[in-house]
Amino acid sequence: MNSSKPNSLTFQELILKLQAFFAARGAVIQQPYDVEVGAGTMAPETFLRVLGPKPYKVAYVQPSRRPADGRYGENPNRLFKHMQLQVILKPPPENVQELYLESLGAIGIDLRQHDIKFEEDNWESPTLGAWGIGWQVMLDGLEVTQFTYFQQCGGVDLDPICAELTYGLERLCAFLQDVDSIYDIVWARDPETGREVKYGDVRLVDEQEFSVYNFEAADVASAWKHFELCEAECKALLDGYAEFNRVKVEDEDKDKSEENGIAREKSRFPLLGAYDLCLKCSHYFNILDARGAISVTERVGVIARVRALAVGIAKAWMDQQYPSPKRDEKPQGAKAAAKDKEKKGKLAPVGS
Amino acid sequence: MPDFLLEIGCEEIPARMIEGAIGELRERVNTLLQRERLAPSEAITWLDTPRRLAVMAPGIPPAQPDLTEQVTGPSAQVAFRDGQPTPAAHAFAKKVGVDVSALERITTAKGEYLGATVTRKGRSAAEILAEMLPREIASLYWPKNMYWRKRGELFVRPVRWLVAMLDEHVIPMEVFGIAAGNHSRGHRLLAHGTATISRPGNYVEQLRAARVLGAPEREQVIRKALDAATRTIPGARWREDKPLLATVVNLTEFPSVILGAFDAEFLVLPEEVLVTVMRDHQKYFAIEDSSGKLLPHFLAVLNTGGDAHGLIRHGNERVLRARFNDARFFWQTDQKQSLRERVELLKHVTFQKDLGSYYEKTLRVQHLASWLAETIKQAGMAIRPGVVHKAALLAKTDLTTELVKEFTELQGMVGGLYARVQTLDEELRPEVQEEIAKAIYDQYKPASMEDDVPRTVEGAVLAIADKADSIAGMFALGLVPSGSKDPFALRRQANGIVKTIAEHKLPLRLSQIMLDARSQYDGAEAEKKFANADYAGSTRSFFRERLEFYLKDGRGHAYDVVNAVLAADPDDVVDAAARAEAVSKVRGSADFESISIAFKRTKNILRQAAENDRRVAERLDSSALAEDAERELAALIPKTAAAVEKLRQLGNYEQALLEIARLRPAVDKFFDKVMVMVDDDNLRANRLALLQTLIKEFSTIADFSEIVTEGKESTK
Repeated sequence: MNSSKPNSLTFQELILKLQAFFAARGAVIQQPYDVEVGAGTMAPETFLRVLGPKPYKVAYVQPSRRPADGRYGENPNRLFKHMQLQVILKPPPENVQELYLESLGAIGIDLRQHDIKFEEDNWESPTLGAWGIGWQVMLDGLEVTQFTYFQQCGGVDLDPICAELTYGLERLCAFLQDVDSIYDIVWARDPETGREVKYGDVRLVDEQEFSVYNFEAADVASAWKHFELCEAECKALLDGYAEFNRVKVEDEDKDKSEENGIAREKSRFPLLGAYDLCLKCSHYFNILDARGAISVTERVGVIARVRALAVGIAKAWMDQQYPSPKRDEKPQGAKAAAKDKEKKGKLAPVGS
Repeated sequence: MPDFLLEIGCEEIPARMIEGAIGELRERVNTLLQRERLAPSEAITWLDTPRRLAVMAPGIPPAQPDLTEQVTGPSAQVAFRDGQPTPAAHAFAKKVGVDVSALERITTAKGEYLGATVTRKGRSAAEILAEMLPREIASLYWPKNMYWRKRGELFVRPVRWLVAMLDEHVIPMEVFGIAAGNHSRGHRLLAHGTATISRPGNYVEQLRAARVLGAPEREQVIRKALDAATRTIPGARWREDKPLLATVVNLTEFPSVILGAFDAEFLVLPEEVLVTVMRDHQKYFAIEDSSGKLLPHFLAVLNTGGDAHGLIRHGNERVLRARFNDARFFWQTDQKQSLRERVELLKHVTFQKDLGSYYEKTLRVQHLASWLAETIKQAGMAIRPGVVHKAALLAKTDLTTELVKEFTELQGMVGGLYARVQTLDEELRPEVQEEIAKAIYDQYKPASMEDDVPRTVEGAVLAIADKADSIAGMFALGLVPSGSKDPFALRRQANGIVKTIAEHKLPLRLSQIMLDARSQYDGAEAEKKFANADYAGSTRSFFRERLEFYLKDGRGHAYDVVNAVLAADPDDVVDAAARAEAVSKVRGSADFESISIAFKRTKNILRQAAENDRRVAERLDSSALAEDAERELAALIPKTAAAVEKLRQLGNYEQALLEIARLRPAVDKFFDKVMVMVDDDNLRANRLALLQTLIKEFSTIADFSEIVTEGKESTK
């Protein structure tokens, strides 16, 4: 009963097909982000790209680590690390639902033979200060995709909004291959010899070892220390960025070159570095949580600390990448400019 | 008389919101048509599915009828001077669009005025609908809505098409950037392209051809299909489940049903778990045999025509198997550690950040529950304090189990189920263990005003103690619910306490429960955070409101009856319910109404006397009374009071009230013949004392002055 259907896609073919599908529709095919994340949403390709007015289409596989979900490789349906295919369409095309259904066709699902429902499921991430409205897409009773219209991210209202499609690749593939255990999924099939490599061959050891690490071995004191170090550095960076906007131009004849210099510094200030640190905090939080080191009481507080970083970064990112048009305008006289700046207590970036 | 059709085409609307939305849209369209004098010739009909809300109004006027009205202008004096029209007359004529010579004269009470008969041309229905409908659509209420096009435009999900027609004509209107047309869309997978609507009268049929059915028809189809699929199993029936049925009706446009099966070995899992997985997680209907026992089958409602190749059934069975496997895995894992061993684990589970762990809560609840059980026992009711004591200790341990972590909605039940299968204590007799299991199982009951209370008195006591402990802690912290803010659902919990006491007829007083609950926190770490200076007062008024709610909404008593009863005593739930019952029964009688009026009057007199510092005699001295009427009343009061008290103590409130009503002739006569506020200080003081005695003696069942009376005052 656990032999897969002969003609169905292998795990890697599934990924390739979906990537090809979205590439053909103008999406950038990104590679997985190289910092531990709990979901594709947390990769900067989503978290930061959805901010601001610039249209963007991107698709990427994101291995997502959820330490508490590990089951030592013993549960056929649960993983510590699963893979998502994350798609961001900003702004969403009018036919986004049809486009999504077409993508199922592209991986060999003949929808006329199946039952598909869009059931209400709104998404919220307290850690990221993000939420959206949408559905879980049910295919013959199986949730295969989370379909979300992102409304807010990092506490910033999105304009335009975007559609986020998150395909659970292991589930989808197990469905296609009709296997009961994720570990029985055929990952690759040698076209010459027909030799199959199973998901279990590739990943079972990770699941076993990381379950032990996350639940038993991870050192709680070190994890807290890592958390705090990352948090402190991230905060320091955010404070550093905030300095730019605290500088006041008091003298209207202030040296232009200095102003230019500050603007340049600001435009290349490493907010992306700060965001990596925020992701690290989130990951250490997850490890501590899996270790049972965070009580329900503390949980809310620690989540709020990570959120404060995420929100701070999102706001700073907006300021850095999309300076508001008001501040961007060149006022008539230098005097007016100085007044305007003073009032806001912010330094106008030069050029755009 | 053209027919009108409006269809809002939308991405899938959440099932729970559809019914409310179509009702509101219907109402808005109806109000709009009535207001604009475009009332349809027949009743409005509608059609709703997850992807559309449609309203049809047959036979509306093509245009508003012209409206003729008389307009009043300036006074004749101002408008004409020496028979010549003044500028005021010209201005008025211009305004109403007639010649000055055509102006009329109207005589009013204030004198003669200019007037004109004006005909306002009715606007076309298309014009009015095009102007008004977009606003109505945008104003629809949604529990949760979203942006998709631009900020400021909110709707439940993106609107993708719009049909607005008067007969075969499209109404030229636009909503959310979408122009209305005559192109609808059929079922996502079963219909191709757009479905062109020829005219509103054909809408339903044309949608049906495109594989879309209205809600009542979908329900019918689903019911029939459920029956048909179930019939293939001899003696079986599907479990009626109204909320589930409503959900699947609102998840489909063209439903069908499949019968699936699961491995009978899963039936060793408790039914609660299996049904929760099927119903809450998969939206499947359960099937039972004629004795009500669960069968290894399920029914899934599809949003498509059928399952010719069995692929859909196969897929659904696969999902259910995985879920049941998980549940069984959790069940087996959980048995590795008994509930008794889990008590210790509760130290690591936080109840509330300032109130400590569930371990601490367990000890408090155990203490409180045992105390309540003792109180009940002493009042002569049958209860097993041992069962309460043991159940309270284990009640929260299921929070540490995998099964509850996975299916949080089963908390309590899982503990009860585990308590049944585990060895709790070598020496427990099986029937006692069963009682303990029941009490644990029922501890969160009632979950709502409609839900049942715990089955046993031991379960009732545990449920009350658990809820009282939460309320006491939160109130002591100052986290008192206000307005719509009740994040810990304390109102629901208090409602549960009231209902449980009432239905089990427990001899417990609310204020005493809450004081006992509060005292469990004495000396605890949590006390340092306590900030409510008026704990007793705030819990008392909180519970009074809850009891009021219960008597009104739960028992159906009128608000004034409830006020009257609670004014006498708001603390003993069982007694208050019995008194309310009695008052509701007798309040309609003429004698009782009259007594109510007399009591109101008596209270007014006493209040005025107090306001004017009039002395009330400490003891009524009957010899100081002057009139027959008052002496008679004075003599009657102690006799009646004794009879009433006797009946009251027997709990025979109805008879007691009838006894009080018998005072009527004497009371009426008193107010007829006796003037209370006389100058003679001693006489007045004794008359006031008489009235005070009357109130005092006869307000123990209800404060009759609270009863709203409709009849005329019979006493003057």
